[in-house]
Amino acid sequence: MTRSSQTTGAAFEKARGEGRSALVGYLPAGFPDVDTSIAALKVMVDAGCDVIEIGLPYSDPVMDGPTIQAAAQQALEAGIRITDVLRVVEAVAATGTPTLVMTYWNPVEAYGVERFATDLANAGGAGLITPDLTPDFAPEWIAAADARGLDKVFLVAPSSTDERIAMTTAASRGFVYATGVMGVTGTTQATAAGVAPLIARTKALSPSGGVDLPVGVGVGVSTGAQAADLAAYADGVIVGSAFVRTLLDHPGDAAAGLKSLGALTEELARGVAGAVRA
Amino acid sequence: MGTPESGYDADAFGWFGGAGAFGGRFMPEALMAALEELDIAWQKAMVDPTFIAEFERMLQDYAGVPSMLYDAQRLSERAGARILLKREDLNHTGAHKIRNVLGQALLTKRMGKTRVIAETGAGQHGVASATAAAYLGLDCTVYMGEVDTERQALNVARMQLLGAEVIPVTSGSRTLKDAINEALRDWVASVDHTAYLFGTAAGPHPFPSLVLSFVRGIGDEARQQCLELTGALPDAIAACVGGGSNAIGLFAGFLDDPEVDVYGFEAGGDGVESGRHAATIFAGTVGVLHGARTYVLQDEDGQTVESHSISAGLDYPGVGPQHAALAAGGRATYLPVTDAEAMDAMALLARTEGIIPAIESAHAVAGALKVAEERPGQTILVNLSGRGDKDMGTALDYFGLGTDGSTGESE
Repeated sequence: MTRSSQTTGAAFEKARGEGRSALVGYLPAGFPDVDTSIAALKVMVDAGCDVIEIGLPYSDPVMDGPTIQAAAQQALEAGIRITDVLRVVEAVAATGTPTLVMTYWNPVEAYGVERFATDLANAGGAGLITPDLTPDFAPEWIAAADARGLDKVFLVAPSSTDERIAMTTAASRGFVYATGVMGVTGTTQATAAGVAPLIARTKALSPSGGVDLPVGVGVGVSTGAQAADLAAYADGVIVGSAFVRTLLDHPGDAAAGLKSLGALTEELARGVAGAVRA
Repeated sequence: MGTPESGYDADAFGWFGGAGAFGGRFMPEALMAALEELDIAWQKAMVDPTFIAEFERMLQDYAGVPSMLYDAQRLSERAGARILLKREDLNHTGAHKIRNVLGQALLTKRMGKTRVIAETGAGQHGVASATAAAYLGLDCTVYMGEVDTERQALNVARMQLLGAEVIPVTSGSRTLKDAINEALRDWVASVDHTAYLFGTAAGPHPFPSLVLSFVRGIGDEARQQCLELTGALPDAIAACVGGGSNAIGLFAGFLDDPEVDVYGFEAGGDGVESGRHAATIFAGTVGVLHGARTYVLQDEDGQTVESHSISAGLDYPGVGPQHAALAAGGRATYLPVTDAEAMDAMALLARTEGIIPAIESAHAVAGALKVAEERPGQTILVNLSGRGDKDMGTALDYFGLGTDGSTGESE
């Protein structure tokens, strides 16, 4: 049974209507293999993720720490191709949960920007998160995304100037991704006190004060307590390395890995729901 | 000193060869403010006479610059053309790289930062960075692929003796490109107090232009020296190209002289047809790597393909965006030189002139010898970018040198 896909914005809106933050979950496609990654992402959907991010494994991931690097490397060594990533997108998007691809820029450029946008849209993908592509260097992607109504999720960081935050929020659709710490994924823990100023600046510098553009916080979020802490400020809480770790911790035992993954998803979902919104 | 008016300058967004063509700044947002800050600080420094005077004083008093232009007569007899060698191998630390690191480290001090990080392949840029950090009193961390730390243990020891921390990189292919990745990861977390001393004229804007501004003395000096020595400009110039800093430094002095033909020699490894090479412009395709759009060795999904060269300094699957623009625009010609051709040239230069070049620079010599065959009697100016002390282990293995009494002639 295929439900019709919700937009990313609607998923955030639904969470907001329930008085909670949205839970955004990340896993790289093809880790530990293509079929298991599909199964794992479906576990995350069933256990409470509101939005899914599928990583496109890349040989030179400069924003990722050791955990996601290891998973991407494993997927690449097993021979994952962009066409496989799109197959994972199609399978996960068929659940009705908004499904974005998180990718470094070069694979998209090599595949062809127009071709990638077309194939992503045809697979039911909601859009792209681009950790090494900022709006000022993204005219091709912005045009291709706008032509198809795809989400353009760009990042803001604690180091971003006000001018750049305004430029980034104006160009983003779906949500804007606030990096919780100055650092790579899976290494440092984000805190509400550390992230709150960036969220406040991002909201203030968004068109219409951020009403139409949710702010998700990622990089440095791994536990339910932390998710609860951050959910008090952010519209969405994004978790990646912690999910990857549950599978890395159970090599060769997919069932145990998926069980652990489901338990973590439930813990995080309780976290984002239990928070008292600021 | 100053920015080149060659038509190959970057625009305000860091594009070479037209908006969107080559270069740019494909980087995480977390680093964008720092790159803008660096761009502004660098541009201010380059028009500040105090900064320029201090940089030139350091080059002269500390680095041994300007390097001489040497008329290599015995090599010229063998080549059938007049070969002039720009002796960057005689600079302090043994290569052109000291120019770049002194400029960047001085800029770091000016910006009030206290720590520098660097990536290194063979260790030459790491040694140069550690040297500049020691000289200017900065903390220094060098990222080096684990494979390279094993191949270049002496350079690891040099950096450590100079007070730098050397971190072996165990991710990916554990070579230069992964060392750059790891340095960028460090920088994302440390950018408030740390400067990244980028080792070549590649990477995100403003690094290609910034590095050129510090190494362009190579070409400016060589042009003047050639006019004084020969009364004319050279017919052709040649340099090896990995990332491309020594080459762009030489080329910049001659790009406005249309009568001078410009050659870059890439590492052909086992031969381009073997697939084991680092001839990025000759055999690569346009993509984005380490923050710039340029030629890249990549597969059809845009995954970086590992490069191969006997010379660690040329063993990089990308290339500076200025070279990409010069190649696409036809102003410069880029050709591969194999490991075997480079090693033959290394031995030939040693035997004819008593100069042992770095294997990187031997690629330029080998390329110049090929160019000379088509240009009898003409003048070819070659950048001898580094010396070969660091390569004795490779030479020992390659030529079978040592106690078996070999003469070092390759068969």
